[in-house]
Amino acid sequence: MSLLSIATLALLASVPPAGAALNVVASTEDLADLTRQVGGDRVKVESISRGYQDPHYVEAKPSFILKLAKAELLVAVGRELEIGWLPPLVQQSRNARIQVGADGYLDASLTARILEIPTTQITRAMGDVHPLGNPHYWLDPGNGRRVAKAILDKLSRMAPADAAYFASRYADFDRRLGEAEKRWDALMAPYKGLKVVTYHRSWPNFTDRFGLDVIGYVEPRPGIPPSPGHTIDLIGEMKRQNVKILLVEPYFDLKTPHSIGRETGARVLVMLPSVGGEKEITDYIKLFDYDLGLLVAAIRETGAK
Amino acid sequence: MRCCVCFVPGLFLAASGVLALPAAVTAAEQGPPVGTTASSVGDEVGELRRELESLRQDYATRIAALEARLLAFEGAQAQAAALAPSPAPQAAGASKIFNPDIAAIGNFVGAAGQSPGGGEPSLNMQEAELSFQAVVDPYARADFFVTLGPDEVALEEGYITFPTLPGGLLTKVGKMRDAFGKLNGQHAHTLPFIDRPLVTQNITGGEDGLADAGISVARLIPNSWLFLEATGQVYQGNSEVFKAPTRGDLAYVGHLRAYRDLGESTNVDLGGSIAYGHNGVTEDATTRLLGVDATLRWKPLRRSIYTHFLARGELAWSRTGTADGPLDAVGGYGYLEYQFARRFTAGLRYDNSERAEAPGLRDKGGSFILTFKPSEFSLVRAQYRRTSFADVDSPVNELLFQFLFAIGAHGAHPF
Repeated sequence: MSLLSIATLALLASVPPAGAALNVVASTEDLADLTRQVGGDRVKVESISRGYQDPHYVEAKPSFILKLAKAELLVAVGRELEIGWLPPLVQQSRNARIQVGADGYLDASLTARILEIPTTQITRAMGDVHPLGNPHYWLDPGNGRRVAKAILDKLSRMAPADAAYFASRYADFDRRLGEAEKRWDALMAPYKGLKVVTYHRSWPNFTDRFGLDVIGYVEPRPGIPPSPGHTIDLIGEMKRQNVKILLVEPYFDLKTPHSIGRETGARVLVMLPSVGGEKEITDYIKLFDYDLGLLVAAIRETGAK
Repeated sequence: MRCCVCFVPGLFLAASGVLALPAAVTAAEQGPPVGTTASSVGDEVGELRRELESLRQDYATRIAALEARLLAFEGAQAQAAALAPSPAPQAAGASKIFNPDIAAIGNFVGAAGQSPGGGEPSLNMQEAELSFQAVVDPYARADFFVTLGPDEVALEEGYITFPTLPGGLLTKVGKMRDAFGKLNGQHAHTLPFIDRPLVTQNITGGEDGLADAGISVARLIPNSWLFLEATGQVYQGNSEVFKAPTRGDLAYVGHLRAYRDLGESTNVDLGGSIAYGHNGVTEDATTRLLGVDATLRWKPLRRSIYTHFLARGELAWSRTGTADGPLDAVGGYGYLEYQFARRFTAGLRYDNSERAEAPGLRDKGGSFILTFKPSEFSLVRAQYRRTSFADVDSPVNELLFQFLFAIGAHGAHPF
């Protein structure tokens, strides 16, 4: 009897005070990694979309409903990025904790710096515009830090017993990100104002942060595939402004970018907008290491200015 | 902004107080009350003037203080607004904030070729669907879909959903499309073809399928292998198939859905359905429907906007009670779909179905469908349809075409 109670006590003692790890679902791998950076082993994080997938067009598969049904916290990109697929999943999750407005729903965009918030009347003649601003905001490390801070606040409220642990992990992430930012700034310093073209409007926060000047897009309007007329105009403009760098997300077809590259001598770079875009991109800091490394190598090779 | 409103009545009262005072003074100056001397009146007037002056000063300082407070408050608000990291766009008016998400979808269908029963009209605005969707309160959301046809306005669906009831019961109450098979739950504008298959026309509810007023409860069945959802529905018994002679003759629908991922690109979706209720042919005649459906999907994530493949089959059996005994009929369709470019999808459908009321008659058909999607919000579709009707000598060849266009709120992508 006493042996049993000792065993029970030992078992109880081995369980962390705040209970099992918090079950978190993130809509993208970037948010999943930022949650992991802060939550460490006190959280169990899964991502719905993959880093090499177009986050606008994730399918609302029932298997995701099962993940959401068990979640204690849902971290979403927001700004209507997931409007085509997350609302039906959340609704069918039967999980009161993660419904929009509940404590377990975190819209990561609320504390981030958002660009391209429309200030005038918008219509869909402009393509698939995002009425609440550009949702690709995580591609600015400053926003990564802001999102991590929002996650820290949320996790600390949900698991107060682990608040100190989360705070020290956040501080560590903040420090590593700060060091990385110095490295990235030094790397990019010689190329301030460099003109580039991107496929989709995925990069405004990235180009703003690292001082690149986007002079055009392969898509004639957001979400509208390239048209011959627009492509010819773009080639003319790139030649005129001597643009040598073309950034493409991994989920777009490379045919048009390659033909633009042949015409203009520009280098086509498959840049990764998300963690997990390639196997080796396992965390948020590695994402920028990869993209900036690729970019700087191409700039040096093409002699772009 | 709301706090500013609180300030206004206070200011207004102060101002009207000031305005009221001169009126009192005029009354006092009009003439001395009876029984008072001129000098004492003069003293009193002087006294009143002094009091008035002090009151005026008092009010002036109070108003100045209030104005200062108001200014400071507005300044603080403006500052707060400027400091907000990412303000949401201002809504046009506070009363509009709670307006539901509204969308309108136009479905224009044209047809060419000979058809025995007349078939679809040559050029037809088949329907315009209006949708209104919003959260009701912390416990529920509501969805309304109103269809405006050439000759009728109908509530296609209108229901409240309680997504978080205890026991994991996803509950809907209202007018709904029955959870029978795969296609029946879909609105015309989400179908991958222009018409509904012959099995829908002949067995499961005609052109519009099964829809009725009732209550639906769906629960996940926990297990470690697959997504398993059981749905139970009770309906009034007022649809194309089910007609309740009396109030107690409800119609029932049961549906079981099993889904499993076979890797990140491929998945299978299986379903079984049963529906039962009075059919109104006689006092106690009933109809029973059984259905099975299977779907295989393939969509590589890296190329998800450019290509996908889907194979689907549905079978339905009906046993319709009549005065002369039950009639058994069976039908089904098979459908293949392949997206070969970002904007183009091709489809192939085979139809084969008996008629529920005349099981000896079996209709067969085949369709080739080509869909062009300029954007997420519009599509143009053509369908070549060849049908062999049991009671028509030669096969019927038709060409259908469709324009679908949506404005308003961005809806969820169908899966």
